[in-house]
Amino acid sequence: MNDFINQLAFGWYPYLAVTVLVVGSILRFDANQYSWRSQSSQFLRRKQMMIGSNLFHMGILVLLAGHFVGLLTPINVFDALGIGHGFKQTAALVVGGIAGVAAFVGCSLLLHRRLFDSRIRRSSSFGDILVLVLIWLQLVLGILTTWWTIEHLDGSEMVRFMNWANGILTLDPGAPAAIAEVALVYKLHIILGLTLFLITPFTRLVHIWSAPIWFLIRPGYQIVRGRRARRKGEMSPTRGPAGGAPSYGGDTVMRQYVEEGQAGA
Amino acid sequence: MKVRAQIAMVLNLDKCIGCHTCSITCKNVWTNREGVEYAWFNNVETKPGIGYPKDWENQERWKGGWVRKKNGKIVPRQGSKWRILSKIFANPHLPEIDDFYEPYTFEYEWLQSAPELQAQPTARPRSLVTGELLNKIEWSGNWEDMLGGEFSKRSADYNFDGVQKEIYGQFEKTFMMYLPRLCEHCLNPACLASCPSGAIYKRAEDGIVLIDQEKCRGWRMCVSGCPYKKIYYNWSTGKSEKCIFCYPRIETGQPTVCSETCVGRIRYLGVVLYDADRVEAAASVEDPKDLYPAQLGVFLDPNDIAVQEAARAEGIPDQWLEAAIRSPVYKMAVEWKIAFPLHPEYRTLPMVWYVPPLSPIQSAAEAGKISAQDGMPDVRSLRIPLRYLANLLTAGDEEPIAYALERMLAMRSYMRAKSVEGRIDESIPERVGLTRNTIEEMYRIMALAAYEDRYVIPTARRELEEDAYVLRGSSGFGFRENTLGSNKVNLFGGGAKKTPRKPYMDIPT
Repeated sequence: MNDFINQLAFGWYPYLAVTVLVVGSILRFDANQYSWRSQSSQFLRRKQMMIGSNLFHMGILVLLAGHFVGLLTPINVFDALGIGHGFKQTAALVVGGIAGVAAFVGCSLLLHRRLFDSRIRRSSSFGDILVLVLIWLQLVLGILTTWWTIEHLDGSEMVRFMNWANGILTLDPGAPAAIAEVALVYKLHIILGLTLFLITPFTRLVHIWSAPIWFLIRPGYQIVRGRRARRKGEMSPTRGPAGGAPSYGGDTVMRQYVEEGQAGA
Repeated sequence: MKVRAQIAMVLNLDKCIGCHTCSITCKNVWTNREGVEYAWFNNVETKPGIGYPKDWENQERWKGGWVRKKNGKIVPRQGSKWRILSKIFANPHLPEIDDFYEPYTFEYEWLQSAPELQAQPTARPRSLVTGELLNKIEWSGNWEDMLGGEFSKRSADYNFDGVQKEIYGQFEKTFMMYLPRLCEHCLNPACLASCPSGAIYKRAEDGIVLIDQEKCRGWRMCVSGCPYKKIYYNWSTGKSEKCIFCYPRIETGQPTVCSETCVGRIRYLGVVLYDADRVEAAASVEDPKDLYPAQLGVFLDPNDIAVQEAARAEGIPDQWLEAAIRSPVYKMAVEWKIAFPLHPEYRTLPMVWYVPPLSPIQSAAEAGKISAQDGMPDVRSLRIPLRYLANLLTAGDEEPIAYALERMLAMRSYMRAKSVEGRIDESIPERVGLTRNTIEEMYRIMALAAYEDRYVIPTARRELEEDAYVLRGSSGFGFRENTLGSNKVNLFGGGAKKTPRKPYMDIPT
């Protein structure tokens, strides 16, 4: 692949994708929380959901965690811990392989019901179907890479990806060069993965950000919201556009204001 | 003591004629939108029957409400928080839309536009989810109306527990009653406890339980958590919705739509003061039969000066205290003890209570044999088995139900003596532990049921509670389903999941 395309796809595209992911998600959260949800279709059709969704989500979570830890941890850390590259590569292959197959089976079931169950098909947006198709393709690519990975069980290819990911994270302009020579399937996998980052803020994938782990540390079970708990005088109006009345901030500020009186009970 | 006020409801089932006006007016106001066509914030069931959604009272299946652990603590029946989270990808206890019913309409248009045919044109049913033709409507929101369907299916009704139900399948022995149901706005809501996002909350000022539509992420644990199955997943917006107790009306002192339009005048709305500190203990009592008295113990006497002082300290306006004293709900539930919570054994401490219905005596011969003084039959000879009502309203404890029915019979007896025979018979109220004045007040509130006696609703004192200046320009209440809060161009893909509209789909269900 020529240098420019390599630079475009692996030098610049990652920054675009991650920037859109972060900024887009924040903007959407601030502007339109009503559209922020998981959009589950289980209520319309239970069939294939119990197995499909569980396999898919658990597989994906393992894969995501594996990719983040495996790619973004500086290589020195592994060396200092005495984890050999070959061992790490094999471990990644086994764990990732199992999780990948689980997610693939789950995703196939989910895609099948989304496309061929008329209730779900008719209530799906273009984005709902696109997301599932792209993730399915990504899982196929991911599983295909294992074929090439088996040829590099010493971890040499893996080290290239780690160098690239670390380079991107540390703003190293030399990062794209690290993976210029790897097999095409890896490159497609990366490009598609970044594309999934890119589209996240515009699709139902935003529900990933809302994983409700805070539920576990919520004090008690009940929530009572009282308006009168408001503390007077702490809100200071700010001036909006010229000619406009003073305002107390945007939607998010308003929401905090409303929830201020909330307490466990 | 932590005093809070709640607008609670009582439904006098003795007067419910099962006309469904409450359901229809509620639907027209709140759920005639895509995604909730199947949802009835208020519905009226004919009992005995399995109800809507199917089999909703079977908590072994749906895992609604709370259970008491061995150590005396209560947890949602779905499990503790981590158990709930473990089911988040696919909730095994979530009902499917078919457990309610697949919403449909009919091709009415065809009746007008059909050309000359050999056979009469028919309006075939179409699904409102897919738009496809439905071969046969198998179930709907009120399939068992007036005891529709075979007894063998209807008798799966959970409330037959401990009743020799076979005989009630016989025509001569059959019985029925209506049960209008809406969100109970519980003191200890299980839906709220199950919400991983913390989107559901109970309002401190009037006790109404609401789902924050902005905060809901559609994890749908509340749907299984609510034992009354009164939380509805909107499949179009991906958010859960529920009865909002018509809070925009309540805040302005108007009754809810279901109450306002009730032709039988069976609904009562009023303030009940309760002690928030006692809620957890009351929901955790060991014997389910003690839950009803325990909930009565949570309510506070608005005539008590100490309670009034404590309420003022909590910032409850005097207007609300005055309404609490006049509250028909407090009188029926606490003073006269003729209203009961629906399925107290769910441990949610529901706040929509029911006056059990009287029914004809089982047979003339039996009545002649048993009939007590003043034409008052024994309540155990009434057609609706006491045990059935007790299973519905007091976790199986028949005594309180019998007591309430006796009081209602005494009221009739006393008034018959007074207005037909022209005599005041003090012995009648005495026999059921009431005074002449109380029984006449019962008559005024329950039988005459004037509008101002049924609905004692203080207006919200918003000027005390929030800064109106901040709220200026806001649009008030709305589900924002038309725009989903966006302009025409929506970059974030939040647009409604629109089923392709066809003309026949625009006819409301």
